[in-house]
Amino acid sequence: MEKPTYYNPADLAKFGNITEWQPEMGRKFFDYYAEVFKDGALTEREKSLIALAVAHAVQCPYCIDAYTTDSLQKGADEAQMMEAVHVAAAIKGGAALVHGVQMMNKAKELSM
Amino acid sequence: MKSLHAQQHPLADTDYQLAVLNQAEAAGAQLPAFATRLRETGLLPLRPTGISVMQINVGKMCNQTCRHCHVDAGPDRTEIMTRETMQLCLNALAQTDIPVVDLTGGAPEMNPDFRWLVEQISKLGRQTIVRCNLTIIVANPKYHDLPVFFARHGVRVVSSLPHFSASRTDAQRGTGVFERSIRALRMLNEVGYGVEGSGLMLDLVYNPAGAFLPGSQAGLERDFKQRLLREHGVVFNNLLTITNLPVSRFLDYLLESGNYTAYMEKLIAAYNPAAAANVMCRSTLSIGWDGQLYDCDFNQMLDLLVDAKAPQHIRDFDLGALTQRAIVINQHCYGCTAGAGSSCGGATV
Repeated sequence: MEKPTYYNPADLAKFGNITEWQPEMGRKFFDYYAEVFKDGALTEREKSLIALAVAHAVQCPYCIDAYTTDSLQKGADEAQMMEAVHVAAAIKGGAALVHGVQMMNKAKELSM
Repeated sequence: MKSLHAQQHPLADTDYQLAVLNQAEAAGAQLPAFATRLRETGLLPLRPTGISVMQINVGKMCNQTCRHCHVDAGPDRTEIMTRETMQLCLNALAQTDIPVVDLTGGAPEMNPDFRWLVEQISKLGRQTIVRCNLTIIVANPKYHDLPVFFARHGVRVVSSLPHFSASRTDAQRGTGVFERSIRALRMLNEVGYGVEGSGLMLDLVYNPAGAFLPGSQAGLERDFKQRLLREHGVVFNNLLTITNLPVSRFLDYLLESGNYTAYMEKLIAAYNPAAAANVMCRSTLSIGWDGQLYDCDFNQMLDLLVDAKAPQHIRDFDLGALTQRAIVINQHCYGCTAGAGSSCGGATV
């Protein structure tokens, strides 16, 4: 038997099962989800690349698998996918660094 | 890269391919029979709706050796249709109202009688489609005038270009193929192909460069049009999305890369009854290089001849009997019924 882990790739296909314990909220969520990813002001490919970037920012292995596949299906290439990940990294890194201003403000407040 | 045939690879044997495809269980996953799904949809036995396309495979010889090729075509394949067999196809065509003849290969232009065949189809007043791999146009000076030849006969050109980026195209079709394809597309544009108002149709075929399904045909077409025009000044009419079927070299790729089971599960999960009703084999007759008859080009590459109750060679052509035939199906057929469907004309739903 394989060693159990917190994340099992096979669980991704069971995502829909969350409706078993709360059908109404689950159904509303999936309806909303499907609506969000439709072609609109943004194309399906652009939305998939945003989802791929967010998947990296929230470090969700299921989402990374799903939106790597989906980005390829929507016609994205490797360069576009990696640029999307860099956008996530820039915002995550920037979010840490911008707090440096708060650190500087506090340090100055406390210093002579 | 050599063909599976030249490598004497086990998958060059179609019985072996069918044995792989017919394992009801792979890596612990259940792979239900295609016939079962078709029965549930009320389409078994699958019958033609008529024959509107005669698809002739004029040979397996090709200047490319694409990694996904279901024909296992390549420079080392010598099987090509003779002029005598072409004449049998023309005789059959003349007996019918079939409006479209779809020429495929290999690179059909490498058959020495290719141009003669196109001229004869023209004389019969039928539309020719040529499945041109683009690079053949720039492969040798003797092919440089193909765009002019196509235009003279009003041939509809349908060409594979799996992506608007060089990296993803070359990964599937070979190093340098993208750059040569763009050169060929410009030559086709120069004579009017793909140009609005010219009446000369140039369609591109997108098929995924890997173990995933194609996205929306309309969305991909929009992206292809924008990128090819902006970056290469190339125009075309329609983008046709085609799903890769688990046959020959694509089956080899799936097995070698460990993607086979997941890909089959993906196709099976995406089974769409509406796509099943619109499968191209219901309106196509496929003819092999040696004149044998098949329900589609994929069945042809798996040596699955049309049902024995119908004539199995073009010399015995009988439109009535062929229109009544039961179409031969197998597990690879899931590729044409997944999602928005897939055919030589792109999505079907």
